[in-house]
Amino acid sequence: MKLLQVEHLDVTLTTERGAARVLDDVNIAVGAGERVGLVGESGCGKSLTLRAILDILRTPPARVTAGRIWFDGQDTRVLPAVEREALRGREMAMVFQDPMTALNPVFSVATQMGDVLRWGDRRAGTRRGRIARCARIRDALDRVRLPDPDRVMRAYPSMLSGGMRQRVLIAMALLNAPRVLLADEPGTALDVTTQDEVLRLLNDLVQADGLALLLVTHNLGVVRGMTDRVLVMYSGGIVETAPTAAIFAEPLHPYTRALFDCVPKLTGGALPKGIDGVVPDYLDPPPGCRFAPRCRHRMPVCDTPVPRFPVGPDREVACFLYRPT
Amino acid sequence: MILLRIEDLQRHFAAGGWLSRRPPVRAVDGVTFEIARGEVLGLAGESGSGKSTIARMVVGLDRPTAGRIVFDGTDLAGGFPNRAFRKRIQIVSQNPGSSFNPRRSIGASLALPLEVHGLGGPDRRARVGELLERVELPASFADRYPHQLSGGQRQRAAIARALAAEPELLVLDEPTSALDVSVQAKIVELLLRLVRELGLTYLFISHDLALMRQFASRVGVLHLGRLVELDATDRVFAAPSDPYTRRLLAAIPVVTEAEERLKPARVA
Repeated sequence: MKLLQVEHLDVTLTTERGAARVLDDVNIAVGAGERVGLVGESGCGKSLTLRAILDILRTPPARVTAGRIWFDGQDTRVLPAVEREALRGREMAMVFQDPMTALNPVFSVATQMGDVLRWGDRRAGTRRGRIARCARIRDALDRVRLPDPDRVMRAYPSMLSGGMRQRVLIAMALLNAPRVLLADEPGTALDVTTQDEVLRLLNDLVQADGLALLLVTHNLGVVRGMTDRVLVMYSGGIVETAPTAAIFAEPLHPYTRALFDCVPKLTGGALPKGIDGVVPDYLDPPPGCRFAPRCRHRMPVCDTPVPRFPVGPDREVACFLYRPT
Repeated sequence: MILLRIEDLQRHFAAGGWLSRRPPVRAVDGVTFEIARGEVLGLAGESGSGKSTIARMVVGLDRPTAGRIVFDGTDLAGGFPNRAFRKRIQIVSQNPGSSFNPRRSIGASLALPLEVHGLGGPDRRARVGELLERVELPASFADRYPHQLSGGQRQRAAIARALAAEPELLVLDEPTSALDVSVQAKIVELLLRLVRELGLTYLFISHDLALMRQFASRVGVLHLGRLVELDATDRVFAAPSDPYTRRLLAAIPVVTEAEERLKPARVA
């Protein structure tokens, strides 16, 4: 069993108009030292998946209705609340999406990082622990290659640039030496040159510590550069999973193919065509494959539930086109 | 024929308070370029490069510190001569979520420029319907409110609103950066169809160089208020002359091996 394993996860949102199943049978496995990317467009359930794993869903309206989340062989959903809390921020840490809003503007970086340390280790909170605490914070800031960590520690978030704030967030996630790192669109809010630096830093740190990385992004280019395996998500379900090299060489699911075609290429060439139609309503999803109404290869069988068909090593596609004959 | 000529454009902002001795920030610092009628010129740059400041000055939302903005033979740097001139340049801004008044129906928002410029003839409602159909939205969307539309639909409506004034030059300030790629592709397709059908001219501003490659006939790269590169799109991508352009190209996360080979080697 992998370090982090999500099995048959369902999440339901209760709304005024009824229950919406926003995650439908999601399976994810990330081993130590492995980098897995979760890609999809906005509203497909990527961030929600991360929140469900960390057990920080806003309940209500969102609720895990089925499935198991295993961390290091323990089923976190049946753990007592205290033990589940102990995992969060220590064994599993998250790099949040927006460096502009994830930090509290009225506390200095040192104070906020100190809070995280205290969360991980009670002794760090004592008066005596103060010097050690400062040293650990400085080391963490140094590790994310922030110049002049002493100045950054005293600074308030508004005094830092977006790239520096993103580095602070990464340092914060790594403070308690987690084994699983969840990253939600890291660097997306930054300029490409800064994003490039931040992602390469994150990659170096993850590899140096042998962390299990689950990276959520809408940017296919980022996934290509940062991960070993890719999960493609559409409308709350995973439609294709494959090794990164294989999926970029040949995407199989019609949605994956359409999505890849939409990305403007540096090499120019024909304009991308886009995908016709809209994402289905979660309250009234299509009976079978959720992509079927927009799919060019639609068959009558697509209106029945789609199983995942294995195609090649470590690769699965949830599409009847790949039904073994 | 040259539609818009920008000459040595400058825009400086005072740094600190009015008593501050710090030198002013040169947000736009000596930018010169021309756009021919019917052309799509792309301006690329990262945040703080001055691209949006240029857009604002071209549409008259801001005044340059120095330099000239010559539109069809008339200098606009000191302000627009009259309202009839104003309607010839329109803008589509980045965020379709906040560029519409949430309490006005789409139809009312589209009718406003018609009213201001005395356009649309006797039947404004019919004209609004026509505009919506031009951007491939059903005419019935006139009765909807912005929150009832998806991001892509809202951006289409924003394009329709810009077209309402029957402009010659359309300034597109990051028109797709808030959208998903599948929606972005559809919007780009629409914009390219409109430029052909209506004989428009675009000043297209974006941080996305790959998108520019497929959209613009010429590309300029801005860095800290200066135009460091300006050339035909193919040439910029095949042989970028400026080190900053090379750095920018090298940093783009790409999806194919062919693109990877095209990227300049990373400068350490």
